[in-house]
Amino acid sequence: MATETTGGAIGACVDANGSAIGMPQLCVEWMPNQVFWLVVALIAIYFVLSRIALPRIGGVLAERKGTITNDLTAAEELKAKAVDAEKAYQDALARARAEAAKIVAEARADIQKDLDAATARADAEIAARSAESEKRIGEIRAGALEAVTEVAKDTAKELVAALGGKADARSVTAAVTARLKG
Amino acid sequence: MAEEAHSEGGLVFHPMDQFIVKPLFGEGPVQWYTPTNVTLWLGIAVLCTVALFVMGTRGRAIIPTRVQSIAELAYGFIYKMVEDIAGPDGAKYFPKIFTLFVFILMTNYLALIPMSFSPTSHIAATAVLGFGVFIAVTVLGFVKNGAHFLGLFWMSDAPLVLRPIIAVIEVISYFVRPVSHSIRLAGNIMAGHTVIKVFAAFAGVAALAPVSILAIVAIYGLEVLVAFIQAYVFTILTCVYLRDALHPGH
Repeated sequence: MATETTGGAIGACVDANGSAIGMPQLCVEWMPNQVFWLVVALIAIYFVLSRIALPRIGGVLAERKGTITNDLTAAEELKAKAVDAEKAYQDALARARAEAAKIVAEARADIQKDLDAATARADAEIAARSAESEKRIGEIRAGALEAVTEVAKDTAKELVAALGGKADARSVTAAVTARLKG
Repeated sequence: MAEEAHSEGGLVFHPMDQFIVKPLFGEGPVQWYTPTNVTLWLGIAVLCTVALFVMGTRGRAIIPTRVQSIAELAYGFIYKMVEDIAGPDGAKYFPKIFTLFVFILMTNYLALIPMSFSPTSHIAATAVLGFGVFIAVTVLGFVKNGAHFLGLFWMSDAPLVLRPIIAVIEVISYFVRPVSHSIRLAGNIMAGHTVIKVFAAFAGVAALAPVSILAIVAIYGLEVLVAFIQAYVFTILTCVYLRDALHPGH
């Protein structure tokens, strides 16, 4: 800095006020010092870099490159595996679907068979029942006719008696029978 | 452009005083071994290098920390440069070239700290770098290629009449390389810092102070770029010279 003084002239390159005379770059007096320390600094930096820093950084970069390459390869493999797995899955799915369709068809056929059998059985039962019913209706009808004849004979006998007639049972019955025959 | 320590109307110009080399301890003449402000700032540059490239990469993390990624970025940047320009067989000179780059980058950036000292603004320092590269590359060229290295100057695809003339021009330009190589760096850094100091001196006048401060900010921004670009240029030219030494055929 301009205001700093170095306490008087200490060489050919600095004036009494501590300012530079001419270009300090051209001051021969200072050159050996600069060259010496420059060489020292360069050697120090060279050894630090070439012995420690550069192998280390080079190693890190190589390691990183290796890691990235490995990861990419692994990713590629995994991708191939995933494609295979998907294919296997699709195959399995298709197989399962076919199986399911077969099972459904079988089940349907079974059910149809059972259903047909049950229907046939039910039809037979219905036929049997209706035949029985018919027979019973016929019996009831015959029974009813008989009862009507009986009631008519009794009623006619009573009526004849009530009207004061004397009727023998045989003629009344014959008359009722003749009437009922229409 | 000699230093003019004139004071006119309160303006004090000492733009070159920032480049003075002075002993760290006490007074006295600057011997070659004296610890000076040069020593101090070079030492700080070494420490910063250690901090960035050794401490920063201590974790050796696959996923880098911020500091480690800066170190890796610098490594990759220079490694690619060496490989692209000097060829794959130039890669074994990578540590030396990287040392140059890191050294120039560190000293350039540390020089931007106010009150600091800028070793790369001194031609003594940059000449050692420039001539060091020149001598190393020339020796390497002769060791690797023998007399064939001289083919660098002999354009076999030029007309025969022109070849001697071209050879002379090539030789001259070859020997100018270290000079331009070192003066480019020192000149850039020195000029930038001097301009900042000149503008800083104008800040002493109240009317000019705002302009002066704006100018300092602008030049400082420019210098931040220059600090990197000069390190980059020095390194890339070193790679070009190395390529010439390894493959002298054009």
